[in-house]
Amino acid sequence: MLDAARSKPLVEVRGLKMYFPIHTGLLRRHTGDVKAVNDISFDIYEGETLGLVGESGCGKSTCGRALIRLYDITAGSVKIDGVEIGHTDQATLRPLRPKMQMVFQDPQASLNPRLTVAEIIGEPLVEHTRMTKAERLARVYELMDAVGLNRRFANRYSHEFSGGQRQRIGIARALALNPKFIVCDEPIAALDVSIQAQVVNLLEELQDRLGLTYLFISHDLSMVRHIADRVAVMYLGKMVELGPRDPLFGEPLHPYTQALLSAVPEPDPSLENTRQRIILKGDVPSPANPPKGCAFCTRCPKVMDVCRQAEPGFREVAPGRFVACHLYDTTNQKTAGRTGASEASPQTYQHGEHA
Amino acid sequence: MPDGALPVLDVRGLKTVFRTRSGEVHAVNSVSFDLKPGELLGVVGESGSGKSVTMMSLIRLLPSPPADVRQGTVMFDGTDLLTCSDQTLRDIRGGKIGFIFQDPMTSLNPVFTVGFQIMEPLRRHMGMTKAQARTRAAELLDLVGIPDARRRLGDYPHQFSGGMRQRVMIAIALACDPKVLIADEPTTALDVTIQAQILELVKELRQKLGMAIVWITHDLGVIAGIADRVMVMYGGQVVEQAPVKELFRNPQHPYTRALLQTVPGVLGERPEKLNVIEGQPPILFQAPTACAFRDRCKQAFDRCGRENPARLDVGQGHDVACFWDPATGGPRNA
Repeated sequence: MLDAARSKPLVEVRGLKMYFPIHTGLLRRHTGDVKAVNDISFDIYEGETLGLVGESGCGKSTCGRALIRLYDITAGSVKIDGVEIGHTDQATLRPLRPKMQMVFQDPQASLNPRLTVAEIIGEPLVEHTRMTKAERLARVYELMDAVGLNRRFANRYSHEFSGGQRQRIGIARALALNPKFIVCDEPIAALDVSIQAQVVNLLEELQDRLGLTYLFISHDLSMVRHIADRVAVMYLGKMVELGPRDPLFGEPLHPYTQALLSAVPEPDPSLENTRQRIILKGDVPSPANPPKGCAFCTRCPKVMDVCRQAEPGFREVAPGRFVACHLYDTTNQKTAGRTGASEASPQTYQHGEHA
Repeated sequence: MPDGALPVLDVRGLKTVFRTRSGEVHAVNSVSFDLKPGELLGVVGESGSGKSVTMMSLIRLLPSPPADVRQGTVMFDGTDLLTCSDQTLRDIRGGKIGFIFQDPMTSLNPVFTVGFQIMEPLRRHMGMTKAQARTRAAELLDLVGIPDARRRLGDYPHQFSGGMRQRVMIAIALACDPKVLIADEPTTALDVTIQAQILELVKELRQKLGMAIVWITHDLGVIAGIADRVMVMYGGQVVEQAPVKELFRNPQHPYTRALLQTVPGVLGERPEKLNVIEGQPPILFQAPTACAFRDRCKQAFDRCGRENPARLDVGQGHDVACFWDPATGGPRNA
């Protein structure tokens, strides 16, 4: 799917932090922060799909929204197509918006019930281009064709459509301005299984045709395995692992990724019975008060003393594979022998192999 | 049916209709199934396939109007639940038949403590005193794996996380040692690691307590892991029913076959393109006179539009409602 010519980073994220303040007491004093995204760095390459997975509350949606500046980020830098957007003001940001778009989770809530489909899909065109009414309508029809919606439905309202069709409207709206980068925030979570496959196939088709780059946020690991080229795993505001799809699913490195993958039920009873399930104890700690040291140390089955003291760095342990875990520290190389990691290789965010 | 054990729950020809402004919606059409003691029956289907409505109908939990349970018998313990008095039914609900609903956020009452909500069925059905009920409630919370159970009885639902709330719901459902537990998408709202915890818990409790369970879900992975037998529903009807291994190895109905191909896994081969079931599920404005799946079915032929297929036994406890035979690739001779 990807080739060398395309492997240039489109989105570069360095040290991204997104904190939400907590105000308490009569005077609403600032007493702490919910550290929804806490110092993460990664790249998204042109034309690829980066899957972002994790449990609810791990900060994956916040990360996606922060990337396209739907939030004012606390710290860090975000470059899209070489342009720094991390701390630019909204007025400067506005002309850059067409390049980055978003598809939301709830297709019901993200479409204005008072607008017709044509108005919904045409709205970004009104805001960002100077098309005439006729040109706009022509573009709307083109987009409806692209996402598989019948043109005759252009004057209907969103409540007249099913969940899958509404998601198609959301995708058409995101495509209206020819974006390069689309954040898909759980686009299939609200849909039925037979409809999920339709939407995923549509997203893949559009990517091939238009050369789009996706950040695909999902908690459904089997769908991510299907659509993503590389996968990033988040836990409690931290990125714990990032790697090319097949090695990551084949041999997950971080104990959290291992537990997460083993928890996914497999739709095949014969495979299902052969699996070793790692059952994690307890719940995710509060992001307002994360544990000291490694964020996962309270639930980790392989926890060591060092995990409760020092926070592990996010390092490349094999080409293209990044992990934040003390098991793979160079000093603990004996315990981590099976990764075959070499001494700190240069910090280039490399590509893994792609089929 | 494979073995001779008498079913604890026997549902025959259940039919539920909703009266709406735009006409009657036939949500459940002649659904029949039974549940053996200690068995876990998985019910799969898309939203709108009638799986929840079936389960709600059989203990008359649907508000009427708009719902109307038109036909059928539901035999439980020698009583027909559809015709018995409200008094008898109240004794059974929450007592011999336990319920777990999908959303742990909305099915607990936010203004009562968790302890009160677990003790309520104990006092109502088992006639326990407050002190006895409190002890039993603490045991139950402990059983479902909530640490520091006695102290947490005084907490309100919002003080628990989603997984913990679902555990509380399970504790309430188990309070009176039910013979039958009906679980309506109990893990759908939960994260996978929490879902894995709950699934392990249910497996363990089943061995300990030996109750029969109906588990409604749309997740075939969950079914593969825990069910003994599976019932597939589409358009308000049962289209296929078989023991779990048989169903996954030898699916007969085109809908089941397509569904199994649509769902990717995290193990095994990774398909380049996902298989898709084109089209939308039907809206059931009339009682079916033809196969409900025919518009989306690749195998459909003229007979499918004229008659509604009846469930046909194909051996090994497997039955299917379809005129097409995957073995020959042509019409079934029946």
